Amino acid sequence: MSTAPIHAANPEELREVRFDAAMESQIAELLTHYPIPRAALLPVLWLCQKRYGWIAPGVMEAVAARLGLSPAYVQGVVTFYTMFHTTPPARFVLQVCTTLSCAVCGAGELLAHLRKRLGIGPGERTPDGTFQIVGVQCLGACGSAPVVQVNDDYYENLDPAKLDALLDELAAAKE
Amino acid sequence: MEPTLLKARGLEGSRTLASYLSRGGYEGLRRALALGPQEVTKSVIDSELRGRGGAGFPTGRKWTFVPKDHPGPRYLVCNADESEPGTFKDREIIEHDPHLVIEGIAIASFAIGAHTAYIYIRGEFVRWANLLEQALGEARREKILGADVLGSGYSLDIWVHRGAGAYICGEETSLLESLEGKRGFPRLKPPFPAVVGAFGKPTVVNNVETLACLPSILTRGPAWFASIGRPRNTGPKLFSVSGHVVRPGVYELPLGVTFREIIFEHCGGIRAGRKLKAFFPGGSSAPVLTAAEVDTKADFDACAEAGTMLGSGGVIVLDETVDMVEAAANLAHFYAHESCGQCTPCREGSDWLVDILHRILAGHGRAEDPDTILRICRFASQGMTICPLGDAFSLPISSIVSKFRDEFERRIAAATPAPPRKHPVLPWAGPRPGFGR
Ligand SMILES: Cc1cc2nc3c(=O)[nH]c(=O)nc-3n(C[C@H](O)[C@H](O)[C@H](O)COP(=O)(O)O)c2cc1C
Ligand code: FES
Repeated sequence: MSTAPIHAANPEELREVRFDAAMESQIAELLTHYPIPRAALLPVLWLCQKRYGWIAPGVMEAVAARLGLSPAYVQGVVTFYTMFHTTPPARFVLQVCTTLSCAVCGAGELLAHLRKRLGIGPGERTPDGTFQIVGVQCLGACGSAPVVQVNDDYYENLDPAKLDALLDELAAAKE
Repeated sequence: MEPTLLKARGLEGSRTLASYLSRGGYEGLRRALALGPQEVTKSVIDSELRGRGGAGFPTGRKWTFVPKDHPGPRYLVCNADESEPGTFKDREIIEHDPHLVIEGIAIASFAIGAHTAYIYIRGEFVRWANLLEQALGEARREKILGADVLGSGYSLDIWVHRGAGAYICGEETSLLESLEGKRGFPRLKPPFPAVVGAFGKPTVVNNVETLACLPSILTRGPAWFASIGRPRNTGPKLFSVSGHVVRPGVYELPLGVTFREIIFEHCGGIRAGRKLKAFFPGGSSAPVLTAAEVDTKADFDACAEAGTMLGSGGVIVLDETVDMVEAAANLAHFYAHESCGQCTPCREGSDWLVDILHRILAGHGRAEDPDTILRICRFASQGMTICPLGDAFSLPISSIVSKFRDEFERRIAAATPAPPRKHPVLPWAGPRPGFGR
């Protein structure tokens, strides 16, 4: 099964966010896990990122209001962690591990290959919004280096040929 | 050695409750419930189990720090952050045997009197968080968890809490902050989490592998566990081996095997017939050992005697082609990226190291640079910071400079940029790449 693309909601749609009934019931369930509402912040942000594709300022405001926090507080937390997208991500975020074990097993070759094939490097995205490359730190899968995480999924023991096959498959993915 | 922690690896359908029960699963929990909390703690103390998360603290002793008469709730937290570079063992347990982790959590929770436990799992591990959720669902349906655990009257809920990308959240107090919905800024200790932990309540934080040892300590007895290895260094241990070995992967071996056995027997030696140059014995935060030190025993005390640490048991193996200046720069980059920024010696020190190391690599090194690196490392460690992240980069990087000083000096004297390589240890282009998001 291939990785599903991210559908990033358009910034206009997220100017003012109202959680629908499905979101509300999931948030209510999450709140039962913790003695204080603030503790549900990370899980609620994950829920939002899954739903909207990214954490827009309007999303932070809605989350803050729901959990009784200030928007500034929520922004402080969101920006501490690397995995929350604060701008709309591409459909596929290629998270290339660059830490030691991956580095000595070919992460550099993967990045060079991505540069050749997609014309982009870490921190950049293709103009059509299909791919985005992020250089990330150890993904906890060093025994099968080099490793690339695409959206939620791990791809391990990669080399340029396997990467090519993966990119072909992703580029062909239906909406 | 017959595997204990990885006995499910390779079995069909090993993740299901049915498979786990067919292998005697939840028998340890049943025994624990019959013995009572004090006897369970005593068994764990007698087994001499030491924490597998990095610090090697005796597990049973840690539990006894929870105040007995404390009113109100207390918590158990399973640390599944697995963020130490070179470590990928907890994921292996969860992949093949999530119920083993759940049973371990239930035993520890019962021993300390917790009725709520959290599994803090790194945000990237989406698949493994889902596997845990599925297993928890099965355990709740079968009344192994919930209001009446296995009909004993003891109640326990376990919730999965996902991190969101931060190495520091593997450190236990940072983890607790993150669990409480805050930025992952480590707390000053004391008070220790066992006294003031999650939500201000007594909390025990234990690593996945530590908890996974508990069911067999209960079923096979502490004496059996203590018979593996040697006193104070007992039991089976998972070694995550990565880098230039023929067969990288997770190996379950008795504590006290030598690194030579791990690298050359179990992992088939160095790739492409090359020679071993150096290895990090316990994740990237452990001081490096050279090929000449490969007969060191892989246990807590032997590693300490060798001036390093067993840490998480993540063995990162480097062959003779690796440039140790590049390796130091790669690690400095990791720690500079992951420093939470609270403490000046750690925040500025790690960044300064990146600058110096990149300067050397670019052919502009200065004669005093190796000593400057050592001085920065002294200032960022040894209690100068709130949490041990300062030590986590100071110890390995100063060990690289001390043991491979000639490589630094040659680079500085030659004053030429690093030549292009097939597998550069610095995979990014340019001196200070735009990392993060
Ligand atoms: C910077 C840093 C990162 C850490 N990362 C982890 C980790 O990813 N997983 C883990 O179990 N322990 C990690 N630890 C150790 C924890 O603070 C804590 O000692 C451990 O979870 C306790 O469990 P144990 O007693 O079972 O070993 C880290 C410590 C530090 C200082
Ligand atoms: S170094 Fe790449 S996954 Fe650990």
